[in-house]
Amino acid sequence: MQVVLPRIGTVAAWRAEVRRLAATGVPPEAVQWAVGDAADDLFNAAPIAAGRAVPLTLPRDAVLAIETALHHSDPQRFARGYAIVLRLARKDLRWGDRSDPALRRLLDQEKAVRRDIHKMHGFVRFREVTPPGANRRAFAAWFEPDHPIVEPAAPFFARRFGDMDWLIATPGLTARCETGQLEFFATQGCAAPPADATEDLWRVYFASIFNPARLMIAAMASNMPRKYWKNLPEADLIPELIRSAPARVRAAHDAMTSAPRRPPRG
Amino acid sequence: MAKRTLSEKLALLADAAKYDASCASSGGERRSSRDGAGLGSAGGAGICHAWAPDGRCVSLLKILLTNFCIYDCAYCINRASSRVERARFTVDEVVQLTIEFYRRNYIEGLFLSSGIIRSPDDTMAEMVRIARTLREREHFRGYIHLKTIPDAAPDLIAEAGKWADRLSINVELPTETALRQLAPEKSARTIHGAMAEVRARAEAARDRSHRGARPARFAPAGQSTQMIVGADPATDGQILSASSRLYADYQLRRVYYSAFSPIPDASRQLPLTRPPLQREHRLYQADWLMRFYGFAAAEIAPPSGMLDLEIDPKLAWALAHRGLFPVNVNRAPREMLLRVPGFGTRSVQRILEARRHRTLRYEDLLAIGCVVRHAEPFITLPGWSPRALPDAANLRARFAPAPAQLSLF
Ligand code: SF4
Repeated sequence: MQVVLPRIGTVAAWRAEVRRLAATGVPPEAVQWAVGDAADDLFNAAPIAAGRAVPLTLPRDAVLAIETALHHSDPQRFARGYAIVLRLARKDLRWGDRSDPALRRLLDQEKAVRRDIHKMHGFVRFREVTPPGANRRAFAAWFEPDHPIVEPAAPFFARRFGDMDWLIATPGLTARCETGQLEFFATQGCAAPPADATEDLWRVYFASIFNPARLMIAAMASNMPRKYWKNLPEADLIPELIRSAPARVRAAHDAMTSAPRRPPRG
Repeated sequence: MAKRTLSEKLALLADAAKYDASCASSGGERRSSRDGAGLGSAGGAGICHAWAPDGRCVSLLKILLTNFCIYDCAYCINRASSRVERARFTVDEVVQLTIEFYRRNYIEGLFLSSGIIRSPDDTMAEMVRIARTLREREHFRGYIHLKTIPDAAPDLIAEAGKWADRLSINVELPTETALRQLAPEKSARTIHGAMAEVRARAEAARDRSHRGARPARFAPAGQSTQMIVGADPATDGQILSASSRLYADYQLRRVYYSAFSPIPDASRQLPLTRPPLQREHRLYQADWLMRFYGFAAAEIAPPSGMLDLEIDPKLAWALAHRGLFPVNVNRAPREMLLRVPGFGTRSVQRILEARRHRTLRYEDLLAIGCVVRHAEPFITLPGWSPRALPDAANLRARFAPAPAQLSLF
């Protein structure tokens, strides 16, 4: 049988489906999961193979981690999640046992999702789009995460930017918060918001806070991978900062050794 | 002097602030603006919004209010006798930059320090005014870190703590002798006095009175300090014991180490070369071992007083105490597991958790996330035993990197 989950509210829908499936004891291998519009699948109409109901009582940590991992882009995540839920509920699996390949895979995906959310919280760049005469300021951003994480990532922005309206568009979903109301919809188009003069000040800051005497490019690149650069207004300064760093350090060093060392004033 | 634009001031006063290593924005009070009546949130894990090519995270708007200074600290680019270009922000400029950067999600908040203009009190009062304006006029609920001027009046420090999440007072140098020589206007007694003051106020703020009244808020994210490394002859051993005293006496959240940068127009008392960056890195590792792994300063700093630049201090300790290894992973107490190279605090937690249920095998360590390659010579468990521990020289060679790196010249 096929279970089709909606694009918005995917995880909540999965949870409801899992309760329904477990209540009739449907085995994991009998379910095909998909997101989006229901496909015309013959099996879709097949009657549910009834088995023994599985009561679902899981540790809270487990529920949180499994649901986080469901925001991964792996198409197998829903099936894996359901299978793990059943094994945990039947006590065939101990939560946290990393020697179990499926659970380890799930925990790795949970970590990848959390990292992606964390990066989104850091790397979204708003541009001001306040309409003339508006009494609330408005900002918009375009962001490209690795995984479909807009829904779990958005509440952070709602908590943080309480007195302004904002919109974050991604290739899948868009999150919008107007006068405190957070909502999601499918993204139409992908135009980046118009330029914002404060970005120039930010670029000045980024270039000035960099210390050319301590070039550590690998550390930068591992924390701020290149795939994010195209949506970061400061990133196109990086190649030149790196290129000119040795010359800047040499110049400072020369100035230091050649200039007469003056006694303190006064 | 021609009037500088905001952008020119920002370039100068951010450049002047880059020697301050701190960028922490985590901990402290949980706040949000979900009520719609303000801007900002704080209290979760810190967020880095960018990384500069020096590998440092950009989390706060880190600037000086001004780089004019009436003091003459020999190691500082902003000292009175330096010929550096000077600039000064107005209170409103700092407030606007913070708010506008914050709204665009560039930063977690503000880290403000300053050269001393007119007097310590005048300068501190202006910094406090910035923090107060952010909180009261702009309803800003993001993170504020104020670098406190130790000679400022106690009521200014009290007010700073009312608005800021974190206060820091830099000890500047590891020993009093060095401070006397290189920063003649500063005194270790004043610096320590100010730290004690901050600690006492922070404790008072946490204590509810017996009537249950809520005490005034004071720097909920605590205090930190910074020490310059390599401007004076202090050894790593001296530095680490100074740090452990600071942690104990003033309940500091962090001690930051900043490798001395030789500066143009420097005073004669200073070295012309910078210490290797690796030294700073090893000090951070050693500091970490003191705070989370149960090491005492004296255990980490070797007899020479200097940390090994080629291998990390935990490995160095293990090599110097080979008689205590290999450790039985299924039986050793937590304190000993923490001393195994390649085992982090989280791995140790997972080992303890997993071995309640069954005996751990070698393969499990990989799944747990240990750096098995580093741990191998020091552990034994089913599926692995290191036979005889290789001799120290060979072991060291196994971990030490090929020499020559990190120099730009
Ligand atoms: S007081 Fe601060 S800014 Fe002034 S010279 Fe000393 S370290 Fe530099």
